[in-house]
Amino acid sequence: MSQETATAEGGFWSDSGKTGIGSWIFSTDHKRIGLMYLYCVLSFFMVGVLLGVLIRLELIAPGPTIVTAQTYNALFTVHGVVMIFLFIIPGIPASFGNLVLPIQLGARDVAFPRVNLFSWWLYVIGAVIVLVSLFTGGGAPDTGWTFYVPFSARTTTNVSLAVFGVFILGFSSILTGINFVTTIHRMRAPGMNWTRIPLFTWSLYATAWVQILATPIIAITLLLVVTERILGLGLFDPSRGGDPIMFQHMFWIYSHPAVYIMILPGMGVISDIIPVFSRKPIFGYKMIAFSSLAIAAAGSAVWGHHMYTSGMSDLGVMVFSFLTFLVAIPSAIKVFNWVSTMYKGSISLEAPMLFALSFILLFSIGGLSGLILGAASTDIHVHDTHFVVGHFHYVMFGGTGFAFFAAAHYWLPKYFGRRYEEKPAIIGWVLMFIGFNVLYFTMQVLGMEGMPRRYYDYLPEFARLNLVATVGSWIMVAGILIVLWNLWRGLLKGEPFTGNPWGGATLEWSIPTPPPTENFEEDPVVTHGPYDFKGAGVP
Amino acid sequence: MTNESAEHILSYGKLVTVWVTLLVLTAATIMVTRVELGVWKVWAALAIASIKSGLVIAFFMHMKYEPRLFRIILFVALFTLAGFIGGTFFDVLYR
Ligand code: HEM
Ligand SMILES: [Cu+2]
Repeated sequence: MSQETATAEGGFWSDSGKTGIGSWIFSTDHKRIGLMYLYCVLSFFMVGVLLGVLIRLELIAPGPTIVTAQTYNALFTVHGVVMIFLFIIPGIPASFGNLVLPIQLGARDVAFPRVNLFSWWLYVIGAVIVLVSLFTGGGAPDTGWTFYVPFSARTTTNVSLAVFGVFILGFSSILTGINFVTTIHRMRAPGMNWTRIPLFTWSLYATAWVQILATPIIAITLLLVVTERILGLGLFDPSRGGDPIMFQHMFWIYSHPAVYIMILPGMGVISDIIPVFSRKPIFGYKMIAFSSLAIAAAGSAVWGHHMYTSGMSDLGVMVFSFLTFLVAIPSAIKVFNWVSTMYKGSISLEAPMLFALSFILLFSIGGLSGLILGAASTDIHVHDTHFVVGHFHYVMFGGTGFAFFAAAHYWLPKYFGRRYEEKPAIIGWVLMFIGFNVLYFTMQVLGMEGMPRRYYDYLPEFARLNLVATVGSWIMVAGILIVLWNLWRGLLKGEPFTGNPWGGATLEWSIPTPPPTENFEEDPVVTHGPYDFKGAGVP
Repeated sequence: MTNESAEHILSYGKLVTVWVTLLVLTAATIMVTRVELGVWKVWAALAIASIKSGLVIAFFMHMKYEPRLFRIILFVALFTLAGFIGGTFFDVLYR
C-alpha cells in the first residue's frame, strides 16, 4: 500500500497529513476503506483465478492429469468459496460502493464511518479464518461452495472453520448494507430527492436491503451445520432424523437473493456508464430504479429453483418455477432500457463502455440460459451439469465481473488522478471477451451433452470440448492480466487525469480530482438530475 | 436527537400491564399443549407467540412511538421472514 501512497497525490491521499499503514487500516474515510476493499477483493480474485485455471488444467484431458481426486474436490470448493464470498459479493458494493455512493449523494461520508471500518475488519478476519481453514485440521473443505448436507456434516475436512469464516463475512456484508440504507435515507444533500439519486446508488439501495434481510439466514444455517458437526445434533442428517432438504431451503433462501447482491450493483454500474458514453439521458430512469427493487423483492421468492431434483414436493417445484419466470421481467426491463438509451446516441467506445456493452450481451446469454434452468421440465435434464456452470459464469463473471472492470476503468482514474492507457485496455478486453466465450459457451454445450459438474474424470467423448474450454481459460486469463497490469501501471504512473473527461453529470464529477477527504468544499445543493448533461453543463 | 419520540418514556403502570399480559400468554402457551387440537396446536402456539412478540416490539422496543418509516421497515423485514418460512412450509406440507 505504501507504494500507492507514494505515487498518488493530492486530495484524500495526502490532505489529512497522515501517512503510513495506520492511516489506512484505521481510517474511517469511505474512500480509503473503499480502496482497501478493492485491494483485498482483487487479491482474492487473483487467487480464485489461479484455482480456476488449475481446475481447467485438470480437466484438459480425461483421467488424472495434475492433481488427485481429493485435491480436485478441494480446488473447486475453494475456488467457489473465494470467488463467491470474498470476491463477488463484496466486490462492487464494498469497493466501488464505498468509493462512490456518499459522493453521489452529496454527503461527506457514510452514515456510520466507524461501522464501515469495522465491517472491513470483519471482512479481513473472516477471510483470514477461511484461509486458515485450508491448511489446518482435516485439510481444505471438499463439499463445494454450497456446503450441502449430509456430506458437509460428515466429511473430515475442515468444514467447521471454513463455514465459521463465512459466518463472519456475513456480518461484514450486513453492516455495509445497514450503512448504505441509512446513508441513502439520511445523508442526501439538499435537492437530492429520490428521483435524482444516480442509478448506481439506487442499485446499491436495493442490494443493501437484500444484504440485511437475507444474510442472517445463511448465518444461522451455517451455525447449524457447525453444531451438527460438533455436537452431533440430528438437524439435517437423515440418519439422525434430520431433514437434508431443509438445509437446501435455508441455504438457497440466502444464496439465491445473494445472486442479486452480486448482479444488482453491476447493473447499477452499467446504468451509470451507458448514458455518459452515449451522450444521452438514461431511458426510463424510474423503471430502472423500480426494477432494482422489484428484482430484490421477486428474487427473494424463487430460491426453490435450485432444488427441483432434490425431492421437494411437486407442487413446490411448479410454484417456484412459475415465480422464477417473474424475475426475468424486471431483468429484461433493464436490458431494454439500456439499449433504448443507446439508440441514436453519440456512442464513444472507450474502455468503460466496451466492458459495459459486453456486460449486456453476456448477461443476456446468462439470463436466458437461466430461463432454461428456471423451467423445471428442462432443468431436470441439465441440473448438476456443466450447463449450470456455464449459466452462472455468464451472469456472475460475464455480468458482475465485467461490470467490476467497467467500474474500475470508469471511476478509478477519478480517485487516483492518473489514467491508464486506452490501447492495452482494449486489447485486454478483447482477449477477455473471446476467452470468456470460448470457455463458458463450451461448458454450456458440454452440459447439454450430459457432462456432470464437480467430477474429476469424464467420458472420452467429452475430451475435445474440454480441451477447447481449457484453451479458452488461457486466453481469458491473458486478457485479465493485461487489463490489471495496465490499470496498475496507469493509475500509479500514467498521464494526469483531471476534470470531467468522460462528461458525467453525477456529483462525483463535480469535485476536485482526487476527491478531498471531505469530498465537497462546501455543501452541495443539487439542481439537476443524474443524467441531465445540459443541466450539469457538460458538453 | 431532537426527535421527541426518543424521549417518550412509558409509565411503570403500562410496562407492568404489558409484562403481566406476557406472563398470562405464556401460561396460555402451556395450557394449549394440554388441549387436544390436532394440527391446530401449531397454529395456536404460533398465534400466541406472534401476539407476544408484537407486544414486546410495540412497547418494550418502542415501535408504537417511532416514526412511520421505521414501522414500514420493520414490516418489510417481518413480511420477508414470513415469506421465507411460508415458502419452506409450503414444500413440507405438500411433500
Ligand atoms: C435472470 C434470471 C435468472 C434465472 C431465471 C436463473 C435461474 C437459475 C436456476 C434455475 C438455477 C439452478 C440450476 C440447477 O442447479 O439445475 C441457477 C443456478 C445458478 N445461478 Fe441463476 N438464474 C438467473 C440469474 C442469475 C444471476 C444474475 C446470477 C448471479 C449473478 C445467478 C447465479 C447462479 C448460480 C451461482 C447458480 C448455481 C449455484 C450452484 O448450484 O452452485 N443466476 N440459476
Ligand atoms: Cu437462483
